[in-house]
Amino acid sequence: MSKFKVVHYINQFFGQVGGEEMAHIPAEKRKGPVGPGLAFTKNFGDDAEIVATIVCGDSWFNENLELATETVLAMVKEESPDLFIAGPAFNAGRYGVACGTICDAVQTELGIPVLTGMYVENPGADMFRTKVLIVSTADSAAGMRRAVPAMAKLALKLVKGERIGASVEEGYIPDGVRRNFFDKKRGSTRALEMLLKKIAGEPFETEYPMPTFDRVPPMPAITDMTKATIAIVTSGGIVPKGNPDRIESSSASKYGSYNIEGVDDLTSETYETAHGGHDPVYANEDADRVIPVDVLRQYEKEGKIGKLHDWFYSTVGNGTAVASSKKYAAEIAEKLISYDVDAVVLTST
Amino acid sequence: MVKEIERAGIPVVHICTVTPISMTVGANRIVPAIAIPHPLGNPELPADEEYELRRKLVDKALEALSTEVDDQTIFEV
Repeated sequence: MSKFKVVHYINQFFGQVGGEEMAHIPAEKRKGPVGPGLAFTKNFGDDAEIVATIVCGDSWFNENLELATETVLAMVKEESPDLFIAGPAFNAGRYGVACGTICDAVQTELGIPVLTGMYVENPGADMFRTKVLIVSTADSAAGMRRAVPAMAKLALKLVKGERIGASVEEGYIPDGVRRNFFDKKRGSTRALEMLLKKIAGEPFETEYPMPTFDRVPPMPAITDMTKATIAIVTSGGIVPKGNPDRIESSSASKYGSYNIEGVDDLTSETYETAHGGHDPVYANEDADRVIPVDVLRQYEKEGKIGKLHDWFYSTVGNGTAVASSKKYAAEIAEKLISYDVDAVVLTST
Repeated sequence: MVKEIERAGIPVVHICTVTPISMTVGANRIVPAIAIPHPLGNPELPADEEYELRRKLVDKALEALSTEVDDQTIFEV
């Protein structure tokens, strides 16, 4: 039997082109497996082979979503594969979005099975979990050794048209589709076991987690901007030069509050970025490119806004846990309220 | 972060490049930015034009904050 043909999508980092300084490269196609593709090849055995690998810069894909999708889709089509896999992207946000976007497009346009893998908090997971199958992985590439066999196994099932079990069995992120199976114990038994565990204060796992719809209604608009105090908050990691609070370049464990009273312009001598998830050169040259202190200060002088708040708040949104971000923002919000800030301009890189 | 601050009662405008992420996260007022590593700038432009570009984005952000919205809204520059 001939092997199933697979096309694999990876980013510039796993394609061994380079790190963030190469994230701008457009998609390119290479013959055979590259980087993690070699591990997939091993796991596929005699069943499937990677005939081509598409390597693409994360920033290029995300900044040109439509063009990138079209370009990569055409590259995949040329190979007429039986299966398409992307990643795993772990907790890399832009990579996860790229993997989800292209998997969704390939599945829809070419009608072949697709599979990707990422960490559950990757923004790509929330965006695409109901559209494409996403194997749940660790949050960093240290999880590659576990992610590849899990993805390869599920990928082979998909391409062979075998029945896909529930998410807990197969290891994918729940996609909202119920898959029936016969359990050894009947429902009433399982429910009682759960109840007894609950009463005993032991951990138990529900079979039907309630969906969380976490939306915040929009706050009313500012009626008189000339009297409003505007504050800047950023996940772009802008800090005073030298990063006094030592905010980490990824998985930030803190945020910083920095006074900008009397600061008209951020310069390369005074401010920089701590962000490790994109090329820092442009932000280090001129941090106003990430937080517009120069423009807002000018507007304050012109009377277009009432006041630019004396402090800005900054953390690094790179692989940072959602729970941490929530905590920092809740603390920041308390401060903002105590200073009577009326509105916030929040920038992300 | 956008959501937590808005939850506390302060309107937030989110300036970011990958707007689908902002939508997923739940921002209500969104202004699309220039590029991931320089959302409010373009290093290829001369300084005065770059400032002008940033001014337009900030204008749009302030307009967003001055506009009542019922649902998630993207304010294209």
